[in-house]
Amino acid sequence: MWNRRKEEEQPAPKPVAAQLPAQPARPLPAKEGIPMSTVPSRPAESFDAPRTGNAVLGKSVVVKGQILSREDLTIDGEVEGTVEMQEHRLTIGPNGKVRASVKAREVIVLGTLHGNVETGDRIDIRKEAKLVGDIKTARIVIEDGAYFKGNVDIIRAEVPRPAAAAPAASAPRPVAATPTPVSAPSSSPAMAAGAGEIKR
Amino acid sequence: METRSSSGLDQFCSLLVERPGLTFLDLAGVSQSTVAFVTEQGHRIYSDDFLLQMDRCFGDGDFYENQADPEKVAKFLDTALDYPAQHFDGALVWDTLEFLSGPLLETVVERLSHMLRPGAYMLALFHSEERAETIPTYSYRISDRKTITLAPRGRRRPAQYFNNRSLEKLFHDFESVKFFLTRDHLREVIVRR
Repeated sequence: MWNRRKEEEQPAPKPVAAQLPAQPARPLPAKEGIPMSTVPSRPAESFDAPRTGNAVLGKSVVVKGQILSREDLTIDGEVEGTVEMQEHRLTIGPNGKVRASVKAREVIVLGTLHGNVETGDRIDIRKEAKLVGDIKTARIVIEDGAYFKGNVDIIRAEVPRPAAAAPAASAPRPVAATPTPVSAPSSSPAMAAGAGEIKR
Repeated sequence: METRSSSGLDQFCSLLVERPGLTFLDLAGVSQSTVAFVTEQGHRIYSDDFLLQMDRCFGDGDFYENQADPEKVAKFLDTALDYPAQHFDGALVWDTLEFLSGPLLETVVERLSHMLRPGAYMLALFHSEERAETIPTYSYRISDRKTITLAPRGRRRPAQYFNNRSLEKLFHDFESVKFFLTRDHLREVIVRR
């Protein structure tokens, strides 16, 4: 009898993530163009409440100093200083005002960011976002309506060089430098009726 | 959004294939397509929205009268054209020069010349309709080396009308000036520093 009661008091096993009902797919925000990388990117997410496990600085929070984070972070308040989270994602929410240099694996900007940004993976600048600073990143996505003033520098992954003995024809092409073929200008309905040049 | 072919852009893009690692200035405001086009070829791009900067500095009151106010002009030059000497290998200024009046226009062209390296190209567009009171403005985006996508931004009154002669005079400090006359009332100008 006692044994039976004990069995009844045992907590029911927790459902595992795989048993949860499937979430309906969220519609993607309209983007101006495709991400420029040939590496398939993850679908962009609209700004929702951050997922559990993320650190959040709410919109009434003001931080001055250095932030080092070992988990994904959402800033919807004000931050001045530096933000470093090399292996994680930083989201600057619509109310977020960040004046800092930022290093993160991935950065999503919906609010305002003044400062240089370095990402190992990608930066996503959403419409209504304002970013003033220089960007170093592997990939960049810019939505129509975003304001950006600064330099974009794309970091390209090193492609291992083929062995010296390998035939040139089978050598892999580097990721960078895919020059557009040069061809003579063609005429079109809107195009040149004539051209003139003055050389000094 | 509409698209148009551009011989001027094609000429400008010949610079892109010369060697990787060049730095370009785009004054049309940031766009995914232009950033992708330039960076995919191994170059750096610096973006700013020059028209927006003009509106911020001169938009409160008479747009062109404000361009004669030394304080506003100084603020504009500091915010919109504060770049080191010979920093860029090319500049895309699109049609923005049409909305700058007399002395400020000359100052801006001097600054652009100062920011460009010798041999650098600059692409500018000028409407060729002499009697137009207002002209359409666009955000210009590069689709490919010969095609521009135009995102409309309303209409504006230009500061002045430019013909070939006035353009030659405007760019007299540059090594060469090349015009592409188009059938859609747009004059494409490539100048070489």
